[in-house]
Amino acid sequence: MSADQPLVLGLETSCDETGVGIVRGEELLVDAIASSVDEHARFGGVVPEVASRAHLEAMIPTIERATRQAGVRLDDLDAIAVTSGPGLAGTLMVGVAAAKSLAVALGKPLYGVNHLASHVAVDIVEHGPLPEPTLAMLVSGGHSSLLLVPDVTHDVRSLGSTIDDAAGEAFDKVARVLGLPFPGGPHIDRVAREGDRVAIDFPRGLTAGRDMDRHRFDFSFSGLKTAVSRWVQAREASGEPVPVADVAASFQEAVTDVLTRKAVLACREHGVEHLQIGGGVAANSRLRAMAQERCDAAGITLRVPRPGLCTDNGAMVAALGAQMVLKGRAPSDLSLPADSSMPVTLVQS
Amino acid sequence: MLILAIDTSTSAITVALRGDGIASSATVLDARGHSEHVAPLVRRCLETAHREPSDVTDVVVGNGPGPFTGLRVGIVTGTVFAHARDIPVHGVCSLDALAVDAAAQVGAGEFLVATDARRKEVYWARYTVGDGDLAGAPRPRRLTDPAVDRPADLPEDVRSLPTAGRGPALYPELFPHALGAHDVQAASLALLGEVLLGEGESLPVEPLYLRRPDALTTAERARA
Ligand SMILES: [Zn+2]
Repeated sequence: MSADQPLVLGLETSCDETGVGIVRGEELLVDAIASSVDEHARFGGVVPEVASRAHLEAMIPTIERATRQAGVRLDDLDAIAVTSGPGLAGTLMVGVAAAKSLAVALGKPLYGVNHLASHVAVDIVEHGPLPEPTLAMLVSGGHSSLLLVPDVTHDVRSLGSTIDDAAGEAFDKVARVLGLPFPGGPHIDRVAREGDRVAIDFPRGLTAGRDMDRHRFDFSFSGLKTAVSRWVQAREASGEPVPVADVAASFQEAVTDVLTRKAVLACREHGVEHLQIGGGVAANSRLRAMAQERCDAAGITLRVPRPGLCTDNGAMVAALGAQMVLKGRAPSDLSLPADSSMPVTLVQS
Repeated sequence: MLILAIDTSTSAITVALRGDGIASSATVLDARGHSEHVAPLVRRCLETAHREPSDVTDVVVGNGPGPFTGLRVGIVTGTVFAHARDIPVHGVCSLDALAVDAAAQVGAGEFLVATDARRKEVYWARYTVGDGDLAGAPRPRRLTDPAVDRPADLPEDVRSLPTAGRGPALYPELFPHALGAHDVQAASLALLGEVLLGEGESLPVEPLYLRRPDALTTAERARA
């Protein structure tokens, strides 16, 4: 292998995307994705068994597409990386088994890596080496976390996370209340553009008083979701039309206000000058705009990968795998488990 | 021809190599640890036989039926191995592999294979010892498509047949005539695969789930 440019394939199956990415050092060669999201829409949410079946069907075609588009042969790889957790137990197992089989068949080292750390590492292939330390905010349908990251290959610390719903989950639930399709994020973002962000003053959870002592960097979105659905019900009960765009815009404003406020505060209090945002909700246009404004005001450099790399994908796993190789971390054991509740502080299993 | 056979449809996680003067197998019993054990077993099997992954010419996986999560681990391991080595991968009904072991015990006549489908059900199929043989052993012939049912819903004359699989251990009062073959052995899967491929059969890989995913659509929930 070329020591400074390891060729690494990354596999991601922690939820409903079958992702196969290939990275050479810090350069992204390909990010192939097969999504089963359309199959889940009629269930109103991700069904683990439906997702697991789809991963099995998509695995070979997606690997095949990735190597063809990147113009590499599997035998050329220097290492295999895979999401070993956290995520859905059944879907993780498909990816972990596939990665192990690649490692055995090709005689290559295997790295089982943390999904959340991968969300952080993906920005390396977009914006270059990760400043150390970086503060990372990961917001998606599965997670809402603030992480202090001194070294993405082995030192990731949790400052806070959601105590109830994930941010993306709140988007899905509010979309349902407003009669918008699943997944809710992109639809709320679109509808909100026509709405008034300050039309309705929805609550900002865990941002005041004693909550800021006990849950300084934690989030809570279930109260906000309830407030939105009560507000809509009251409107409907009074026979007035529901101003969908205003509700969407005001809800979105409440979520992004809390997220960016706490992220910037965390940077300040930990003396970190770099904020990175990742996860599916990072594709939200209002979140990106507000984060940019507040970071500019606070003298913080903001890094947000392009939307396609914010959602779950194989490139992020390959990116972290390549960092593992570059930093000389030992490969994982071939008996590594798929760990659905892998703690964020455990970067490699 | 050197066949790598993998089955994870029962609580045995089982891997075998067959052909080229080699018959090596490795099995672990662990109903929950499929994804941990399979790849190390493949590596161990190759090392024991002093063969490289590149020596394997064909992969045979057990199509099930079996509990979904475990079943998929074996199938994805086999298909990915074959893709990585650019060799063909084939699928064989896992109950048929159990029937190979059962046929050797019954010798003649009809018998049943019934494996644990969880949720108080069994995966099952009915067999007879047919004409011809498999490497000198009796050859089973399947009489029914694999199915999933509550044991008590099977006709009594079916349940009373000699029965292989975990069914009799789980429901001894319903399957009174137990055979010794409890779990799939990849060695039998490899043997069956070798014979069927030799006869020119095409053996597609297709997971036999036999149940639809356990979830209601939003439309079904609204109706319920
Ligand atoms: Zn994610």
